Amino acid sequence: MTGLAVEPALRAARAQGRKLLVTYVMGGVRPDWPALAAAMCEAGADALEVGLPFSDPMMDGPTIQRASVAALGRGTTPGSVLAELQRADLPVPLVAMTYFNLVVRAGTKRFASELAAAGVKGAIVPDLPLEESGEWEADAQAAGVETVLLAAPVTPGQRLAEICRRSHGFVYGVNLMGVTGEREGLAASSGALARRLKALTDKPVVMGFGISGPAQAVAAAAEPDGVVVASALMRAALDGAPVAEVGAQVKAIRQALDRG
Amino acid sequence: MSDGPAMRDVPVPGVMGEPDARGWFGSFGGRFVPEALVPACMSLEQAFRAAWSDPGFKDRYHALLRDYAGRPTPLTECHRLSAELGVRVLLKREDLAHTGSHKVNNVIGQGLLTLEMGKRRIIAETGAGQHGVATATAAALFGLECVVYMGEVDMARQELNVFRMRLLGAEVRAVRSGSATLKDAVNEALRDWVATVEGTHYCIGSVMGPHPYPWMVRELQSIVGREAHQQCLDLTGGPPDWVVACVGGGSNAAGTFSGFAHTSAQLVGVEAAGGAAMGPRGVPGVLHGMRSYLLQDEVGQILEAQSISAGLDYPGIGPEHAHLAEVGRARYERATDDEVLEAFQLLSRTEGIIPALEPAHALAWLARAARSGEVPQGATVLVTMSGRGDKDVDQVMRRLQAGAGTSPPGAGQ
Repeated sequence: MTGLAVEPALRAARAQGRKLLVTYVMGGVRPDWPALAAAMCEAGADALEVGLPFSDPMMDGPTIQRASVAALGRGTTPGSVLAELQRADLPVPLVAMTYFNLVVRAGTKRFASELAAAGVKGAIVPDLPLEESGEWEADAQAAGVETVLLAAPVTPGQRLAEICRRSHGFVYGVNLMGVTGEREGLAASSGALARRLKALTDKPVVMGFGISGPAQAVAAAAEPDGVVVASALMRAALDGAPVAEVGAQVKAIRQALDRG
Repeated sequence: MSDGPAMRDVPVPGVMGEPDARGWFGSFGGRFVPEALVPACMSLEQAFRAAWSDPGFKDRYHALLRDYAGRPTPLTECHRLSAELGVRVLLKREDLAHTGSHKVNNVIGQGLLTLEMGKRRIIAETGAGQHGVATATAAALFGLECVVYMGEVDMARQELNVFRMRLLGAEVRAVRSGSATLKDAVNEALRDWVATVEGTHYCIGSVMGPHPYPWMVRELQSIVGREAHQQCLDLTGGPPDWVVACVGGGSNAAGTFSGFAHTSAQLVGVEAAGGAAMGPRGVPGVLHGMRSYLLQDEVGQILEAQSISAGLDYPGIGPEHAHLAEVGRARYERATDDEVLEAFQLLSRTEGIIPALEPAHALAWLARAARSGEVPQGATVLVTMSGRGDKDVDQVMRRLQAGAGTSPPGAGQ
């Protein structure tokens, strides 16, 4: 399999009038994680963000930290996650999410080509800002991997435009100032950033951080093209929820987004 | 940039100057932070650049170092230790600075900068507790709210410093993630900062982290090297043959080296053998906002540093040190826990100075190198005594009672 390109798939879904739903699974979080990923796809995720666990996930809150510890404790490596993804043959575009040291250790070229070979056509590296990402972006592009860049509520206008220009696959708007994790309500900064991004780019704009359930997803998806849901799903996975239950969680969000 | 007498008399181009515009020292450094922190790092760089060229700011900084922190710290000639080792040992006495270590130089500067930026809250990471105590001290002095992140393992090792911080009005938050030591405290402080950056300054304690920290902290610690350089001239008529300092992140070493980079002195940084980023297990990588040497496995997971000294248990090293090694201006050596315990006792017995375990690493290397002849007999050696050993006495007592020679690293802690 060659893997689906991210941006064309998300643009096509958006063109059908559908709000985009990107769900997250930490590679290796538990032995049946590929089944979790498949259930998310079946429940209506438009793309899957797959975490490659790192020892020091400084942008992540307690849940994704726990998921990282669980995955690393099982001996998970970037290579093992990619091999299992390839076997799982999932029907949606895949976006790897990890920290830059894993990329540097492998070498940017090799890392990009290994993602592409496993059918992973997108990558998010949250600790790699514009000033330092040129080499990675070039190597990723050469390998056919779309680099998704993150925008923050405090990002000034000119940087925001540059992020929109250089981001591929989609533009990832961070709802709030803080780390990943479930929150009450929706941060006030979410809508404002989504509006600024939508005014700057025609690329799909997807907002994430702190979105855990259907109501929050609907509220957060009002301005942008879609949302990312991560910690709530990983909390269920860590607490031992059956695959079908995690699937139902995603389905509830999907249905809420479709109802609008 | 530098003020004071006798500085930069023989400049070495590119060595210990400013990093480039993106914060790189050669192929190390940079600013690898999430987008949410980029504007804060940029503002901090601007604020520091403005302050550091503002005579008013520098006056306030130097006045506090003098009247509050007790600078200049003396240079002590160690007659009995010199006789024992056959080399002339001079100690730069940062252990006599307020709070008991060189960390005070940095926090007074960053505390003043916090006020300049109009922020009211300061956060810090700490390993041995020295930087945490220093930050809590500056927070008390400047009336700032203060939160210190400290690994749970380190809190147990350094109970007294935890109490000191609380006494000084700081909140100490236990970090239980990862190895529950210094690197995890940095992660947790960064997580706090992402959420609070508008009103909070992150006071990093060493020459590490994203640009401008490695440069800024080295500048704030350069007072150590500047004073020591002048004191060496006054005492011996020239620079020492060797300059030796311990390195965790490497702030006392960077501050010291910056006073001697332009001289003929050989610069040696000494890491803990169990946490030596410049040792055989260190590989260049990216962590905590910088590219530098890191202890990591074959796929890039960060490994836990482990030594007798909580202050050196950091899997990385400041990027400028990686650069100084790269260009051959400084070299980086290692000392084992047993050598450190021996040096700890040696200095106590011969000079009546109980060193912190961190600078005991510098002494341990010197003792070995003097005995082997690597540092030739008769050479003059400056060692930065970066902190006093009171905080470590209890741990060393238990370790020695347990029988240091036979116990594994970490035993008796």
